[in-house]
Formats: sequence, structure tokens, C-alpha cells
Amino acid sequence: MTMPATRSVKVFLVDDHRLFRAGVQAEIGQHVTLVGDADDVDTAIQGCRATRPDVVLLDVHLPGGGGQAVIQAVHETHPDVRFLALSVSDAAEDVIKVIRAGARGYVTKTISPDDLVTAIGRVHQGDAVFSPRLAGFVLDAFAGELPPGVSSDDPELDQLTTREKEVLRHIARGYTYREVAGRLHISIKTVETHVSAVLRKLQLSNRHELTAWAAGRDLL
Amino acid sequence: MTEPQRSPHPTVPPPPARTAGDRVRSRAGRSGFQRRRDGQVVAGVASGLGARLGVDPILIRIGFAVLAFAGGAGILLYGLLWAAIPLEGDAAVRLRRPATAQQGVALALIVLGILLLLRAVGLWFGDALVGPVVLAAAGSAVLWARSDDHQRANWSRIGGRVPAGAVERAASAPVSPVRIAIGTLLVAGAAIGFIAANDALDAAGDLLLAVVAAVAGIGLLFGPWLWRLIDQLGAERRERVRQEERAELAAHLHDSVLQTLAMIQRSSDQPRRMVALARSQERELRGWLYGGATTTGPATTVAERAAHIAQEIETTHEVSVEHVTVGDAPLDDQLHALLAATREAAVNAARHAGVEVVDIYLEVDPDEALAFVRDRGRGFDPSAVPDDRHGLRGSIVDRIERHDGTATVRTTLGEGTEIELCVPRDRRRTDVPEA
Repeated sequence: MTMPATRSVKVFLVDDHRLFRAGVQAEIGQHVTLVGDADDVDTAIQGCRATRPDVVLLDVHLPGGGGQAVIQAVHETHPDVRFLALSVSDAAEDVIKVIRAGARGYVTKTISPDDLVTAIGRVHQGDAVFSPRLAGFVLDAFAGELPPGVSSDDPELDQLTTREKEVLRHIARGYTYREVAGRLHISIKTVETHVSAVLRKLQLSNRHELTAWAAGRDLL
Repeated sequence: MTEPQRSPHPTVPPPPARTAGDRVRSRAGRSGFQRRRDGQVVAGVASGLGARLGVDPILIRIGFAVLAFAGGAGILLYGLLWAAIPLEGDAAVRLRRPATAQQGVALALIVLGILLLLRAVGLWFGDALVGPVVLAAAGSAVLWARSDDHQRANWSRIGGRVPAGAVERAASAPVSPVRIAIGTLLVAGAAIGFIAANDALDAAGDLLLAVVAAVAGIGLLFGPWLWRLIDQLGAERRERVRQEERAELAAHLHDSVLQTLAMIQRSSDQPRRMVALARSQERELRGWLYGGATTTGPATTVAERAAHIAQEIETTHEVSVEHVTVGDAPLDDQLHALLAATREAAVNAARHAGVEVVDIYLEVDPDEALAFVRDRGRGFDPSAVPDDRHGLRGSIVDRIERHDGTATVRTTLGEGTEIELCVPRDRRRTDVPEA
């Protein structure tokens, strides 16, 4: 893997569980530069504006408005700060909400320290980070035709290309980006381009009114 | 006639210093003589007096009502007090002291004394009327003097006072059977006495009187009770719902999380087992908290079955199983076969690949269903698998082919294995249940 050194990446950590913050700091402190942490929405917004981190590791469930409130407030003043959502929740509603708010990826808290550092580096470079579960959600959400009655402002935004689906399927099957590239005979950069395109569609598409879809899915 | 108004005055403390505004107001509100805004029925005289004396306002009101029959003395007294006592300030701090038996008895004696005085003076409606009214009032007072259990208990504890004997309990317990019996007897006696004493009236009057007396008696008996009951029902129901929810949560956490934590502590020398326990508990708790694919009860859809399989393998083989399902459908023969083969493949990976993570991916669409089982383990040489090992051949490949599907094994020594399974969907059967 051609990941650049992540040692200089400034990381800010937002989570309301002190033990979890301590654990993450111990695990990734060697590989990135931790510039601060916060345990609620307001201190997170202030901290991010003060320390100008490259990447914010953000818990989805936060007292005071949830992770998406932090993303929206920080992006108003510092649009270049990138967010990676980190949560114990596998609920589609939580995942979609925080991605639509502007997070560039979503991983669960059981992720291994190495994978987390890799994900931070990827988000820092501007790429998207899809866990297998997130890839599964996206395939599910974009499956089939547009439902009747939903008009499409931008048809391109509302469909995944065959190649994008293929990439997502591999990620959902547990392959890393590098392995996907090897299997599909494309470069890692191309895989990253596809995934970023999917992230953009996920954030901008009005398909299925994605948030409503995600809420409904959790009721199944 | 002005005695009851004046008697409390000696106990009023001297006016406090005026500098500390809040304190002044709060003291005045507690010990001063003020009409009350809250709980007022007419002008707040009775509730103010009750608050000052530490007696339930209902007792005071009954006293006024009885005195009203004594030549209108009660109405006159109420009017005087209304004019004489200021209305409380908004910021007054209220402290309600619980009624004690002594205070109740004292009030009753005062009323009785005034009654006797009025009778001697001649301001009197006649024994036939006043007697039953006094009886009825006493009965109602015994029944409805308010005193709530918790508050009393707290006061007793804080004050370190030993509760008084049976009299006080009978007078202040929240409607004990004894009180119900005594109060009912008094009120019934009053009604009967009233009817008996007015025998002289003609028949029509008798009937009307009897009905009025009965209604009044019933009203005295049950009116306050009904009022308080309605008030309490709502609060009690809310409290009960809260308690039931808490009990359910506690029971669930005890049955699952606490048990698992205990097991984890006991297996601290077996890291893999700890991880497996934690994973399986996490999965179960997640299902319980967020709903979704449950791992209890029979599986009816592909996603549910996949969750079952993942949990089962995690528990038995101490590996992590990451499973992702795209699309979903009710289980039919084809899907059952696919999932059975998937399970077999995942068990093989857990047992032979020497890995900690196995990935399962399922995709269901109207035409076909796909399954991928993948590990990054040691891999194997398919041609070298002995013929007597039926796992791969019998449980996976043959099963899928019997259902017109295809099974593909990709494996590289040292890099891992992926098994791809695909079965066609039975269109006839699945067109209908497909939501």
C-alpha cells in the first residue's frame, strides 16, 4: 500500500466516552498528531476552530445535537476540515445522516488500530472511507429503479454506474481498496475515484429520499 | 367570635430584618398570616389559615361551613378574615406542614366551643339542624383530612419524632379502613339524625329532604375522594409505566450483559474467548436496542438468517464474522439452500483458515441470490482435499448445484479463500412476497 506517512496529520478526537478517547489516543497516538479532543458538540466546534485539525474523528451520538451538528458548524467557517465518523451504531439512519452532513467516511469502533490509521490517511487525502457495512447500505439504497413519483433533477446523481457497484460489492465482501484494485485490474487511485464519486452521490442524491429510506430500513 | 382569628397571633414571630429581601418574603410566606393564591376556593382565607396553623384547609372549610349554620357566624367570620388578611405575595415560599392529631383536635374543640357559645347566646338554627351538620362535618373531616404517606414519613424521619399512637395514625393515615368506618358512621348518623329530627315536615317535604340529605351525605363521603382519585390516577399510571420499563430493562441487562461480563472476567486468560463473548453480547444488545435483524426467534428472512449464522459461528468457533446483506427476501427453498451452504463455508473458514475474521456478503435481487464467504487465511489446494472430506463437496457445491446454482472456489495458498455461491430465484414463488 502506498499510504503516505500519517505522522504529520493533525487529528482531533470527539467522543463523549472518556475511556474510548483514551483508548484511541493510546492506539493511534504514535502514528498521527493528536491536537485535541472534546466530549460534546459545543466544545468540539470551538476546539476544531481553534486547532484547525486535518481530520476529525467524530462520534455519531453526541450530547448537544449529534455528530452532524459539529460537521455543519465547523464547515461553515472551515470547509477544509475533514470528518471521519466513528460509531458503535450500525443503524443505517445514523450512518446516512452523518454522511449526508458531510463526513467523508464511516467506520465502526471495533476497527483495528492499523485500519483506523489507514482510514485517517485516506480521509486526509480527500478520499472516501467505506466500511463493508456502509458499502452494503449504499448498494441497498441505490438498488433498482427510481421509485415512481420521485423526479430526478440530475439522473447521474441517482444511479450508480456498473463499475461503482462492482467496487462497492467488493468492499462489502471485505476487500481492501488495494485488493479491489488487484481483482478488477485497475489502480488504487481509480478505486478511490469510484468511491469518492459514490460518496458524492450519497451526499447529494435525492434518490429514495435517502434519509427516509435509512429510517425505514431500521424498522425492518 | 373573633377568638379564632386572634389566637394564632402570639406565635407569630417578630418581623424579620428588612435587608434580606428574599428571606423576608419567604419567612412572611411561611409564618405570616396571608390568604393563599394556590388552592383557594373562595378568597383563600381557609387555605391561608390552614397553612398558618398547619392544618388541612379542608378542616378549616368544614369549620366555616358548620359555623355558617350557627346563625351565619361562619359567613361573618369568613368575611371579616377576608377583609383583614392580606393576599400573599407571588414569590412567597410555601411550606406545608402536615396536620397533626393535636392540631385537628384543637381546631375541633375551638369550633365546638364557639358553637356552644353561640347556642348559649341564642344565635342558633336549632339542634335538629346544627347537630347533624356537625356530625357530618366531623365524619367528612376524619375521612378527608389530607395527609400523604411519603410526606409524613419524611417529616417523622427528619424530625426524629416518634409517631404518635393509634389516634394520630387514625387521624392522619391516608384513608385507612378505620377512618373510612368512623367517617362513614358519622356521616350516615348525621343523615339519619337529620331526617329523624325533621319528621314533623309533611310527606313531600320528607321525601325531598331525604333525597337532599342522601345526596349531601354521598357528596360528603365520595366527592373529595373522587376528586383526589382522578388526580392520582394519571400520576400513578405514569409512574407504573416508568417502573415497568425500568424493570424490563434491568431484567434484560441482568440476563445478558451482566452474565456476559461475569463470563469475560472468568476467562481473562483466554483472549479469543473474551473477544467472542464480547462480540456475541454486542450483537445481541444491538439487536435489542436498535431492532433490526434479531438474533432470537426463528429467522424468516435472508438478513435475519445471516445474523443468526454469524452469531452462531462467532460463539462456537471464537472468530469474528462480519456480515453484510444487500436486499432482503423471505426465506424459500432456494434461499434456504444458499444460506445453508454459506454457513458451511463460513464454518470451514473459521475452523481451517486460521483467521480471526470471516466476511460474509449476501445479495438478493429478484433474479438471483449471491453469497460470498471470504477469509484471509492460509488457503488450500482444492485438488488435495481428500475425498472423504465431504464438507466442501457435499455440503456446499452439490447442495448449490442441486438448486441449479453455481459454486466457485477461489483460493491461494497463504493469501486466503473466497467461496462464491449463486442460486437463481424461483420467480413463481417469490414474485408475491417480494415487498
